[in-house]
Amino acid sequence: MDISVKEIEHIADLSRITLTVDEKNTFAKQLTNILGYIEKLNELDTDEVQPMAYATFLKNVFREDKLKSSFSRQEILELSPSSANGFFKVPKVIE
Amino acid sequence: MKYEVVMGLETHAELDTESKLFCGCSTKFGSEPNTQTCPVCLGLPGVLPVMNKKAFEHSLKAALSLSCEISEFTNFDRKSYYYPDLPKNYQTSQNYFNIGNNGYVDIVVKGKEKRIDIHNVHLEEEAGKLVHPETSGANYSLVDFNRAGVPLLEIVTQPDMRSVEEVESYMQTLRNILLYIGVSDCKMQEGSLRFEASISLREEGSNVLGNRVEIKNLNSMKAVLKVIAYEISRQSSLLDKGEDVLMETRLWDDVDSVSRRMRSKEEAHDYRYFPEPDLVPVWIDQEWIDETRTTIPELPVSKRQRFVNEYTISDYDAGILTDDKLLADYFEECVGLSQDSPKELSNWIINDVLRELNERKTNVQDFIVSPKMLVDLVKIKPAIGSSIAKDVFVEMINTGKTAPSIVKEKSLTQMGDVSELNDIVAKVIDENPKAAEDYGKGKKSALTFLIGQTMKVTKGKANPKILTEIFKEKLSAGSK
Ligand SMILES: [Zn+2]
Repeated sequence: MDISVKEIEHIADLSRITLTVDEKNTFAKQLTNILGYIEKLNELDTDEVQPMAYATFLKNVFREDKLKSSFSRQEILELSPSSANGFFKVPKVIE
Repeated sequence: MKYEVVMGLETHAELDTESKLFCGCSTKFGSEPNTQTCPVCLGLPGVLPVMNKKAFEHSLKAALSLSCEISEFTNFDRKSYYYPDLPKNYQTSQNYFNIGNNGYVDIVVKGKEKRIDIHNVHLEEEAGKLVHPETSGANYSLVDFNRAGVPLLEIVTQPDMRSVEEVESYMQTLRNILLYIGVSDCKMQEGSLRFEASISLREEGSNVLGNRVEIKNLNSMKAVLKVIAYEISRQSSLLDKGEDVLMETRLWDDVDSVSRRMRSKEEAHDYRYFPEPDLVPVWIDQEWIDETRTTIPELPVSKRQRFVNEYTISDYDAGILTDDKLLADYFEECVGLSQDSPKELSNWIINDVLRELNERKTNVQDFIVSPKMLVDLVKIKPAIGSSIAKDVFVEMINTGKTAPSIVKEKSLTQMGDVSELNDIVAKVIDENPKAAEDYGKGKKSALTFLIGQTMKVTKGKANPKILTEIFKEKLSAGSK
């Protein structure tokens, strides 16, 4: 399966990263190689095998609906680059 | 050209829990911004979400109440996208194994029942809230994450609705079910109930679906009804001109009452769903389903049917009474106290109680007239007549006193015994045939005269209001 430069651009866009022309070409080649390697698995017959998304066999882990104290707002806002009046401040979002 | 409109609805309902879906932060509405947040709901690195059991059980209860097939295996997926109200850059939701699938809701439109199919019911987390500063030229937005992580139920229908009335009835029926089973307060003014609509038109009689337009940002039922009217007119005028309706996502602007195209970049979603590795899957066995089923109360549709059968009231009246669970409970409490007059009690509730509740903007739970007080009023009514009963009702609301004590205090039953008064009135009419005849010919003052004569006989003890009623009834009966 060949990954085109166009697909690399789409993935970069979804991930909000900027790539140079050289990087796009490099990544297209590398991803094509990686996927080609993984492709080998398709030779196996997995019709009878259930997909496995979890590495453990844990299930039904819940917590009770109980309140715990939240963190102090000041402490939390200090983690962000910018804040105002108790809010996080972000670049203008156009609705 | 004539078009048929084809609609489906996605409903988001915030679930009623104390704490958020994956952390112990409060879900309380209206607190100071960012005072209900922690590393989990802010998506800081290294945190581990743990599912709120109540939120999951609420979802299961809702899925069962909407007649869904319950998945034996369910899990959660990450839905990735970037938006400043989403701290983790993905929303924890369900995509591959929803809690419920293939359900339905029966609605009634113009007396006809129709089944709306539910595609799926799933559980996800709420996003934060963006605030756009009023100051013109401000180059920033503000974010409050108090809502981020509040449990949210999403209910998705098939494109089964064909008219505004059907959509309205579906929304009301669904809201009513959620309120009955107690999983959401459905307060639209607090954003607890929101909608997204998909609307397409096709030539009447055609089987091919037209291009579908999705509308986001519908924060009330009213907005949904407005957007449907707007889109029908927008899309049909495009089609009339021979133009295509674009398959797109639009945002509803409630202030200007228009829908606007979202910029294509915003709608170019590629969510890259994959199983959430930080949460373990949930297996739902039959025992859990059966247990949950026992917690579901009688739902509005069956209650309505039972009211018609059990109390012989009209389907319309039963519909009004069961539209609000608290009102239905109020009615049943009244009927429990006095089995002989369900029809009259239903009339009082629908006409008088509801009017007062609307005027006073209160709900039946906080209403000063208790079921016992209403029943007492209905019991004493024959002795005072219906128009005085209405006055007594108002007095009960204003003073909180019971009907018998108001009647006693104001001596409303002095000579209020209708049968006794009936005899006296009959006698006065006999003795004053001329006045009776004049009244029959339309002379209003004749009635005043007759009442005056009766007052003389009763030494002023008769209630003029009751007298007027008796006279009117007798004289109109006599003139036939
Ligand atoms: Zn939290």
